[in-house]
Amino acid sequence: MSDFSIIGKPVAMVDSAAKATGSGKYTDDLTLPGMLCGKILHSPHPHARIKSIDTSRALALDGVVAVVRGKDAPITYGILPIGHDEHALAVDKVRYVGDNIACVAAVSEGIAERALELIDVEYELLPAWFDPEESMKAEEEFIHAQRPRNIEKEYHHSFGDPDAGFAEADHVAEARYVANEVTHAAMEPHSTLAAFDLDPHTGKLGRLTVWSSTQVPYYLQHKLSLVLELPMSQIRVIKPLVGGGFGGKSEVVPLEIIAAIAARAANAPVKITYTREEVFWAHRGRPRTIVDLKTGVTKEGRITAVRARVVQDGGAYCSYGPVTILYSGALLGALYDIPNVQYDGYRVLTNKPACGAMRGHGTVNVRFAFESQLDEIAAELGIDPAEIRRRNLLTPPCVTVNGLRVLSYGLPECIDKVVERSWWRERRGKMRRARGIGIACSHYVSGAANSIIRSDMPHSTVNIKIDRDGGVIVYTGASEIGQGSDTMTAQMVAEVLGCSLSRVKVIAADTDLTPIDLGSYSSRVTFMAGNAALRAAEAVKNLIAEAAARKMVCAAEDVVMRDDAVTKRLDEAAVPRGSADAVARGRVEGQILRGSVLQKRKEEGPKDRMSFEEAVVAAIDVHGALTGTGAYSPPKEARGAGFKGSGVGPSPAYSYSAQVAEVSVDEETGEVTVHKIWAAHDCGRALNPVAVEGQVIGSVWMGLGQALQEEVVWKDGLIMNSGLLEYRSPSSAESPEIETIIVESIDPEGPFGAKEAGEGSLAATIPAIANAIYNAVGIRLREAPFTPERVLSALRAKNGAKKVEMTGGVDPTKPKRLREHGGSLVHKGKGAIRHPLDPSRVAAHDAGGGE
Amino acid sequence: MKKEIVELRVNGRTHELAIEPNALLLDVLRRDLGLTGSKRGCDDSSCGACTVQIDGVPMLACTLLAVSCQGAEITTAEGIAEHGSLAAIQKAYGDWGGAQCGFCTPGFMMTVSALLANNADPTHEEIREALSGNLCRCTGYEQMYQAIKAAIRAEKKGMAAK
Repeated sequence: MSDFSIIGKPVAMVDSAAKATGSGKYTDDLTLPGMLCGKILHSPHPHARIKSIDTSRALALDGVVAVVRGKDAPITYGILPIGHDEHALAVDKVRYVGDNIACVAAVSEGIAERALELIDVEYELLPAWFDPEESMKAEEEFIHAQRPRNIEKEYHHSFGDPDAGFAEADHVAEARYVANEVTHAAMEPHSTLAAFDLDPHTGKLGRLTVWSSTQVPYYLQHKLSLVLELPMSQIRVIKPLVGGGFGGKSEVVPLEIIAAIAARAANAPVKITYTREEVFWAHRGRPRTIVDLKTGVTKEGRITAVRARVVQDGGAYCSYGPVTILYSGALLGALYDIPNVQYDGYRVLTNKPACGAMRGHGTVNVRFAFESQLDEIAAELGIDPAEIRRRNLLTPPCVTVNGLRVLSYGLPECIDKVVERSWWRERRGKMRRARGIGIACSHYVSGAANSIIRSDMPHSTVNIKIDRDGGVIVYTGASEIGQGSDTMTAQMVAEVLGCSLSRVKVIAADTDLTPIDLGSYSSRVTFMAGNAALRAAEAVKNLIAEAAARKMVCAAEDVVMRDDAVTKRLDEAAVPRGSADAVARGRVEGQILRGSVLQKRKEEGPKDRMSFEEAVVAAIDVHGALTGTGAYSPPKEARGAGFKGSGVGPSPAYSYSAQVAEVSVDEETGEVTVHKIWAAHDCGRALNPVAVEGQVIGSVWMGLGQALQEEVVWKDGLIMNSGLLEYRSPSSAESPEIETIIVESIDPEGPFGAKEAGEGSLAATIPAIANAIYNAVGIRLREAPFTPERVLSALRAKNGAKKVEMTGGVDPTKPKRLREHGGSLVHKGKGAIRHPLDPSRVAAHDAGGGE
Repeated sequence: MKKEIVELRVNGRTHELAIEPNALLLDVLRRDLGLTGSKRGCDDSSCGACTVQIDGVPMLACTLLAVSCQGAEITTAEGIAEHGSLAAIQKAYGDWGGAQCGFCTPGFMMTVSALLANNADPTHEEIREALSGNLCRCTGYEQMYQAIKAAIRAEKKGMAAK
């Protein structure tokens, strides 16, 4: 069955030429006649009540067309139905430095910027919280009045019998792990262009069209409808090319609504594009996560129980917060066979930009903790780290202890492959000084089985229309953001219809044209939109086959469509390929050979073989329009166990990953160099191996950044490194070799057996590097990223020297140094009291200071 | 600021434009000439998405004054296609997965084509070094290296055929 003509072959992205020539249009590349430039005024305070806003001076400036503020659109929204706590522009309070206050629409960027300086805002400052554990102790002036103690959400889940599990254990490991905040840093800054049509009957503002760099056009349409109080049918959202999302564009970002409010007020199209600094403020990245983890094992290395307390620094708004904290718990216990799990998760509000979804949503930081601890246990018990993972594998098909259904499970093969390719057994422990290798695994969902807004609507729908000249047009709501969604869709359809890829034109993510699709997040597109495309193509194929069967005098089931030709099954071997190729080739080169099609149609009598065009024409003659539709909804069995919070985590299928990292550590400077990473990823079936490898390498790469250098650094709620140079996402100068190994487990429900490829690999990279550092120099780094400061500090502690804490242990009321990783300062208040296990407190205590 | 009339030569054509003396080349290319291939990814010349060639040298259009480019030959991503079809490097980026979201790709095209113009057969280290001024967040650069090497092979084959 693996004899495909297009699936499984390396294919260039359908839009690659547009990207390489610069002709492809992203939102900021678009202009409309009369378009104005929008600029947003941001809060300079982390937490303050707005006493007054005076925009009169700004409005008086020549060239300013409109100034809008919170009261122009006071309805709250948020990506989750339970988290409608954002105003596009602040109404009563600002909750982080960078919160949105007002927007100017002016004829040029320069004038808009000048106008911002003329807006007078009076604030009443409020106490602010920057550390989640401190924030949870708040007694008044909560960030949101409806969230006492600043806890956005807490979940307490217990599966199996954790206490009995720990009682059974021969060995128990316990430690605190901290992963600091990281952000997407997609290359394209967010941009939105909003324009109203004039109603032809009344002359008033009519329909709204929004072009936006979004991963979720339909959620944007929904939220715009909510805030602007327009019916969804009056709003058209178009997603042009998107320059990377990674989750940062997977919810409605304030500028998307602000642009529409400004366009309404200005009665003209308004475009707002964030500066890079504004992108950092818009954030929605991966929260700083504190994981207190306890794992019990038998002396053979079988895990008996896991207990985790996870605190996430969620920032000022709900965003995807409850989903993130639930993913952290749901995926913690589902990679291996763990009989007893206890999970306590806290999503906490602080006066910093909101965190949201980022590649590997919710799982990455907890996976770092778990895989590190498993490595510690293996070292303690003297078991090979690869072997201890093998001893705890699931036995699919199965349902994990927290109710996740697993059908395909390529993890064992992933582990075997990376062990084999990296010469793990041969080289481990025999490398030169300060060089080592480490292993770690991870997994991720292929789309969430439950949608954000509960309904019975299919998660993906795809329509297909075929014209008389054999051109196939596919309409999909799936959002291409660089991951290859359009190419995947075209491949699916071309494979099923047996036509060449160049016939297929994908029209995507335009709410007026395309059927609804939830968007590009949680790695759902290949599995869900792919399945929908497959079904739509099959529906059309049946119509064509039926018509072709009449012409060829055979049963519809015996019609074979492949390589732009339609044949009878029995004749397939007998007829030499190529007789219809002339016509097919003509189309490929862009020339429609209507003449030859018509000529062939005139021929009398039954046929043995037809060209694709002939079959299409025959089908249109029989059926009228040649269209088909397909939809996908995850099966009921894959939707989770039904307890509170069980909606997050279930997926129709999971991808699996194993990685080996080889590193060396400079013991003088603390610098870690990654030499090579072997990354095996089980993606079900690799529909397009080049794209799968690209996704895996990209994930590993992003994980590498989080492991070694990326960190959003805070001080008093201010980002200290809000530029690409200071944030330091890795460049080609720090590029280790990455060897990808694709493992195909062929999922029974995936389209052609495919699962996700874009996110799952990321989470394994960080612990693989941490474990390799341990193997190299014997230090256990429990706080990411593993910067030279942290490595050096741990090396000195290991060598018995007094521990030098470079990033913590600062008196929070009198900070002398800039780098305070968690931002523990309480604005205008007393110093933070840290958790007893917090590394910085321990360090402060060691140094004789602290509380 | 009062506009001035300047002549800029872009992709082999001369344009007479009225621009402010403080206008950046990137804004003039994107806004006045509609050449939106050059992208703005940052505000401080740290990402390389706006890379253009000034007399064959890759430079960042976001920190160049447009008026200072008078008399120079400016080449943008729109100007490197050959004989109406994709340059070898443009095709190779597609075939080998060198572009994912594609936002950084025009900048890379300018950097890489300048590299290959000066050094037809660069080593892996030379490629890495040349690319280090351009950031990409999607690809991890690995497939870009493959694409560049494939383009070099294609060029060599083309040379041999001539």
